[in-house]
Amino acid sequence: MSALDIQNLSCSYQKTTVLEALNLTLNDNEIVCLLGESGCGKTTLLRAVAGLQTELSGKITIQQKTLNDHKTFMPPELRKIGLIFQDYALFPHLNVFDNVAFSLAKMSKTEKQQRVQEVLTLVQLADMAERFPHQLSGGQQQRIAIARALAYQPDLMLLDEPFSNLDQHVRFQLIHEIRQLFKQRKMSALFVTHSKEEGFAFADRIALMQAGKIVQIDTAQKLYRQPNTVYVANFMGQANYINVEVVDKYSYQTCFGLLGSNSVIEQQAGQQLRLLLRPEHIAITPDLNGEAVVKQVDFQGALQQITVDFSGQEFIVRHSNHSSECLQFNIGDKVVLSVLNHDFVTFEH
Amino acid sequence: MISKSFNLYKLLPWVVTCILLSPIIAIVLSAFVIDDSGSFQHLLDTVLLTYISNTLLLILCVVLFSICFAMPCAWFVACCEFPTRRTLQWVLMLPLAMPPYIIAIVYTDLLDFSGPVQRTLRQLFGWQSANDYYFPDIRTLLGASVILALALFPYLYLLLRGAFLAQSGGLFQAARSLGLSPLRAFWRVSIPLSRSAMAVGISLIAMETLGDFATVNYFAVSTLTTAIYDTWLELGSLTTAAKISSVMLLVLVILISLENYSRRKQKVYQRNGSVSTDIRFVLTGWKKWGALTFTWLLISLSLFIPIAVLLYYAVHYFAESLNDDLINYTINSLWLAFLVAILALAVALVVNFYQRLNPGLGAKSAVRLSSLGYAVPGTVVAIGVLIPLTNIDLWLNDLFISWGLSSLGLVLSGSLFILVLGYLVRFSAIAVGSVDSSLVQVSPSLDLASRTLGHGPAKTIWRVNLPLIKKGLLTAFILVFIEAMKELPAALLLRPFNFETLATYVYQFVSDEMIEYAALPALMIIVLGLIPFIVVNNMLEKRS
Repeated sequence: MSALDIQNLSCSYQKTTVLEALNLTLNDNEIVCLLGESGCGKTTLLRAVAGLQTELSGKITIQQKTLNDHKTFMPPELRKIGLIFQDYALFPHLNVFDNVAFSLAKMSKTEKQQRVQEVLTLVQLADMAERFPHQLSGGQQQRIAIARALAYQPDLMLLDEPFSNLDQHVRFQLIHEIRQLFKQRKMSALFVTHSKEEGFAFADRIALMQAGKIVQIDTAQKLYRQPNTVYVANFMGQANYINVEVVDKYSYQTCFGLLGSNSVIEQQAGQQLRLLLRPEHIAITPDLNGEAVVKQVDFQGALQQITVDFSGQEFIVRHSNHSSECLQFNIGDKVVLSVLNHDFVTFEH
Repeated sequence: MISKSFNLYKLLPWVVTCILLSPIIAIVLSAFVIDDSGSFQHLLDTVLLTYISNTLLLILCVVLFSICFAMPCAWFVACCEFPTRRTLQWVLMLPLAMPPYIIAIVYTDLLDFSGPVQRTLRQLFGWQSANDYYFPDIRTLLGASVILALALFPYLYLLLRGAFLAQSGGLFQAARSLGLSPLRAFWRVSIPLSRSAMAVGISLIAMETLGDFATVNYFAVSTLTTAIYDTWLELGSLTTAAKISSVMLLVLVILISLENYSRRKQKVYQRNGSVSTDIRFVLTGWKKWGALTFTWLLISLSLFIPIAVLLYYAVHYFAESLNDDLINYTINSLWLAFLVAILALAVALVVNFYQRLNPGLGAKSAVRLSSLGYAVPGTVVAIGVLIPLTNIDLWLNDLFISWGLSSLGLVLSGSLFILVLGYLVRFSAIAVGSVDSSLVQVSPSLDLASRTLGHGPAKTIWRVNLPLIKKGLLTAFILVFIEAMKELPAALLLRPFNFETLATYVYQFVSDEMIEYAALPALMIIVLGLIPFIVVNNMLEKRS
């Protein structure tokens, strides 16, 4: 049984396709992040699951309960879904208690009080019940919004850019807190963001979307290290590419010389490929006879990011600043670059 | 799983919209389809062109005078600092509560040959008759323009002040640092930036002028409005009146197109902060006195002097004026205005929530169409509702007679129903606009949050939306109430036999030149308009 199952979901309005035959499955107690640039359809997908998008084809089920297919459309109020918004969406005319108790209309007073107290404790705001939303900070408001959704005991939590209105230092603290809370409560969640760092910190798996489709879905590590397209590789982090030629089953000819692969190369000998090199895969050493020249140095605290001109191409590399005597590169320095051993990723031209 | 009962509810907004649009459709239809055996052609051959040119000339003069009144006031209050500025800020809005025909009768009384001004002049200079000196005649087109401008300039003032305040103070400072005097900076920066507000203000004033009946009729200036009134009440020809009305609609369409045209290049200027106290240009010396004189003289002319004169007559003729008629007609006006305001609010809720729940082009056009009535003058609306309702009445009577029953009489067109409908057509737009502007401030995610927390659309409206737009609802109610209290032309044409409102009661005395009896009820209209006006204003200030 899966927490959410989406099959062949398509959506288009005004003749532009927003979602195209999309499939996605969430396991129980799993947090999946929908990551992508604005306009890739990630918010539409979230709205479709919540029942706020009506022009759809395809099938959506939660715990084998059909929300949407060619003949059913379950209105949002019956779906038992918690929805968390970027602007928190707390009701400004109600205090924290009434906000959290909003969905508990049918309960008795004591039951209500108990439930509200319980979820407020979970988000560590038990003493704020009397306050009004405008008296709370952004982080507190978002916690109340989450408490409100939890009080309704939803089968699935949907979060639409929930952290993007928060300051950097509050943001990651809250992300870890909420993640822990969801894991404790065995809550499955679908989380939309355009920030990969948030995705890394919050989700178990990341689904990277592009133009209405999921291009790759996997753990953050896999997406970063084994991207299946150039788009994914670029989205997940800085990337250098070099043209390589397959020599045999175990090596490539490159501008760095012959590079041996850890695994068997499937392509035919002589085929031209593009090899992905992350900045951390290239070592830099000063050498007065080096052919590479430093073009630009950006001090980034723990690291120096160095742009190097080598063999008619620019490379971005990083050098750790682990001690104060550490090498300081300057523009114009002659250096040598070398590729460190790792699992190579190649793309066809 | 979508419930079918929703379809009925989706029909309701369109039914409402159709009812509100029916008068306009009726007029357009009658203009092209129905033959009135040449009466309109006769009018066209004789006086209609004069009426049209009078109307256009009147609009032009009122607009020019209004600009002269409103622009300096808006600039002084928004961009300058001088004593009493804060008070002036809201006092300058109050003339909106003054019906222009009441200002007209006051100044006629003051400035006529037998009035106190000319009498004093004659005594001072020893003149004997009107032939001994020149004194401008107020009962002319120009006189009517000044009077109308005195009552209508606040529309433009409000919009311009808002525009000046919204402009970044930095722009004005930048202009000054580039070597422009405050006045030149105002001319070259502030004015061009407020072109859009200017266009809206001017078109509002032009529409009000186009619709004015009482002032021009009192001054015997023949315009399209008076022509419609005369054709219907004196010639009894509804179709000819409808044909003149369609000419008026044409003028209206031209006005609205002009407004859109003048705004076509206007971009939205981002507001980067407002004029703060230190940016305001401090007036000193003669400039200070100039600003003080200009603003307070204008307020005196449009508000204090008329009220003082009315007070004088009201006190002197108090015993004669305070009678059962006055009390009855006040009650008539109050409950009529109350009923119309409640119904307009209902219309606004239906149309606005339809749009909220079904965002899209269809719902948007329902809101737009239901608001068309406000631009249409009261006389035209009156003719517009008379046409369909008299026809329905005739049809009903035929039906009853064919069933062997006795005739019903004019159940719709001869009763209060038609008056209420006419008011609704005209004033629903105010409620729709007011509710709309407070509803757009409620974040859509609140609706979504409520829906996903287990509440259906109806419950969401009840528990989330309505509590959040309470103030907007009250504002809408009060604004419609004020307008309905003041409305005259539609009431004159549509009221059932023997039914008077405060406005028609005052107008009856005005047209008989009995200012002494008009004074007390006129004050009543002004006070009943001013109080809610101040309440709304306070509420809006607090909201922002």
